[in-house]
This record gives sequence, C-alpha cells and structure tokens, in this order.
Amino acid sequence: MKHIKVLGTGCANCKSTMKLIADIALEKGVDIQLEKTEEIQDIMAYGVMSTPGVVIDEKVVHAGGIPSRDKISGWF
Amino acid sequence: MSLFIKNQPRAFLLIAAIIWFALYKTLEPLSHILVNRLALKPASHSYDALQFFLYDTPKVLLLLAGVVMVMGMANSYFTPERTRALLAGRHESIGNIMAALLGIVTPFCSCSAVPLFIGFVQAGIPLGVTFSFLISAPMVNEIALTLLFALFGWKIAALYLALGLSIAIFSGYIIGYLKMEAHLEDWVRNMTHVQATTGADELTLADRIAAGLNNVREIVGKVWLYVLAGIAIGAGIHGYVPQDFMADLMGKDAPWWSVPASVLIGVPMYTNAAGIIPIVEALLAKGASLGTVLAFMMSVIALSLPEIVILRKVLKPKLIAVFVGVVSIGIMLVGYIFNAVV
Repeated sequence: MKHIKVLGTGCANCKSTMKLIADIALEKGVDIQLEKTEEIQDIMAYGVMSTPGVVIDEKVVHAGGIPSRDKISGWF
Repeated sequence: MSLFIKNQPRAFLLIAAIIWFALYKTLEPLSHILVNRLALKPASHSYDALQFFLYDTPKVLLLLAGVVMVMGMANSYFTPERTRALLAGRHESIGNIMAALLGIVTPFCSCSAVPLFIGFVQAGIPLGVTFSFLISAPMVNEIALTLLFALFGWKIAALYLALGLSIAIFSGYIIGYLKMEAHLEDWVRNMTHVQATTGADELTLADRIAAGLNNVREIVGKVWLYVLAGIAIGAGIHGYVPQDFMADLMGKDAPWWSVPASVLIGVPMYTNAAGIIPIVEALLAKGASLGTVLAFMMSVIALSLPEIVILRKVLKPKLIAVFVGVVSIGIMLVGYIFNAVV
C-alpha cells in the first residue's frame, strides 16, 4: 500500500490535487492511504517551496501546481 | 495531438504561432461583419457597444492565451528552486533588482507565499531581497500586464511594469536596511540552513510546450469570466453613463486624499489580477484618474488580509506592519506620480 501525503496550506489547488489522486487510484484499483499536511512547519520539513506538493512514502515526487493525470498515473 | 507535440515540438510551435497570428488579424474585420449582420445603425450607441464587445472579448482572450502559453513555457525554466539558487549569495541592491525581475517569471500563487518565503530565508537569501521577490511576484505578473496592454494600451502596461518593479525593489531595500531579521518568528530563525540547489530537471521542449498548454487551460479557464465581465461593463457604459460620474471622488480634481483612501480600501481586499480588471474598467470609464485607479489595483493585488494572516505565521507583528506600511506608501507615491504625469 502506498502512503501519499498532499502538502499544502489549504488552497483550492491542493484540494483538486487530493481529489485527482483519489480518483485515479480508484480507477486503477491501487490501494492508497491519502492524507493532507497543512501545518507549515511540516511542509517545510520536506523542503517543498511551492504547493501543492506530493509525497509518496516519504519521498517528494511533485511540487508546485496540480500534477497532470499522466504524472499521477505514472506513480501507480 | 500530444504525439505530434512529442515528435515535432518545433513544428507545433510554428503552426500554433501562425494560426494565432492569423486569428488575431481577422478579428477586427470579422467583428464589423458580425455587427453589420445585426442591422444596427452604424455609429449608434448600441452599434459601438456591440462592436467593442465583439472585438475586444476575443482580442483580450487571444492575447491572454498567447502570453500565458509563452509564460507557462518560461516558467518551466524558472522553478522556485532555480530562482532561489540564483538569488542565494546575492547582496542587497543587485539582489533586490534580480529578485524583483525574477518575481515576474517565477510561477507564484499566493498560497505558496509562505513556503517560498521560508525556503528563501533558509537558503541565506537576505530578508530585504526575499521581500523584493514577495512583493513583485503577485503584483507584476503577465496576466495583469497583458490585460492592461489589451484594454488600455502599451504605455499604461509599461508604466505599471516599471513602477511595480520600483516598488518591489525599493520596499525590499528599505526592509533590508532596517535589519529586521529579529522579527522573524523564532522557529523560522532556528531552522537549519540549507544549501540552495537547482535540482535536476531535464525537460524537453515537448515537456515545456505541455506545461505551457496546461498553463493556458488552467489560467484562461479561470480568468475568462472576469475578462468578459470587465469588457461587458466597459461596453455597457460606453456612452450610457456620464463620463465624469467618478470625477469628483477619484478624478483629476479630486481632493489630495483620494489616493491614500483608495489604497486604504484596497489593502484588505483580495482578488487576482483578472478579477480587478472589471472594476478598473468601470472606474476609468466613469472619469476616475489613472493614478488613483492603478494605486487601488496594486493595493488589492499586492496586499491582502488573507495573505497577512498567513504571513503572521512566520513574521512578528512589527515586521508585518513595516511590510504593509512600506508597500502602501510606495503604491501611494505611484498613484500621485501617475496622476501628475498622465
């Protein structure tokens, strides 16, 4: 099971990113655990400067803007 | 289509540019033909208003799509990480100027302001230089500039660019001069220092085109409604509302306090560069003077209550007050200068 965190201070883009990841994981039948990290200190701990950022199993795979469908599909 | 972009990125760009240019050139004659079809009397109010609307709407949207496409591709060269690496180790003055310029081309969303701020400080970029970036990035952006250019001409867009950059450079310089590092929140100051690296991102031209197209979809998809509203207001009051409706309050002969009052009203408000355009259009059309309106526009875009609330997590109240104060004064000066020159 993949552990995915979306880093973001709560803007609209972060919510869209969450939804997109959840949708695509469901489509592909991949089992994931999705959570949101909103606390700025925790976000900075990953060294991400532009949100939304995406962390999979404690590794930053994306930062800045909503990731494309293709990019998300590539993670699964 | 995406296969074509992948295999022939240069050809795609060339063809897209030709189609764009051809479309742009046919807009004006086309709008005349369309309006004539509707059998309105030429030179009547409704003819003018409709022609203005039919010509301006596609013109602005087309310009916006073109600029956003190019900027989306440019943005892929200037990631925040690269900008940070470019600014690390710079001193004041040169650093302030570079930061303000990079603020134009680095992708920025106001919800990223705080992570970006901390990332810069963490890499040892001086506080004043960081602020120059933070002021320039939202205020001087391609959307504001394109809309100003398309609706009010290149002179106004150029003045906005020059004065916006000046505000960012000087405000940052002053904040740096005041040595306010002690007014960062303690946890920010105590964070470990990191080395600024660019990070390996080897993008192909096809990737950058994809990024540009994505930018167009995201921004034009969000902004078109505001543009439409702005132009509709402009067209709607074309000749209907008295030209000097706002002249007493915000016009040339308005009392001296109309500029600071506009800024005071604008600071707590927030909307993006596109959202403010309908208001600017309406105010200008009703006789408000340019400096006062632009000061209002800058204060709405550059400073806002939500941004101040987020920044409070990393800045102590005194530094926030200095930031808001310095930027507001800069914007007011711009308002007075515009009013005096134009």
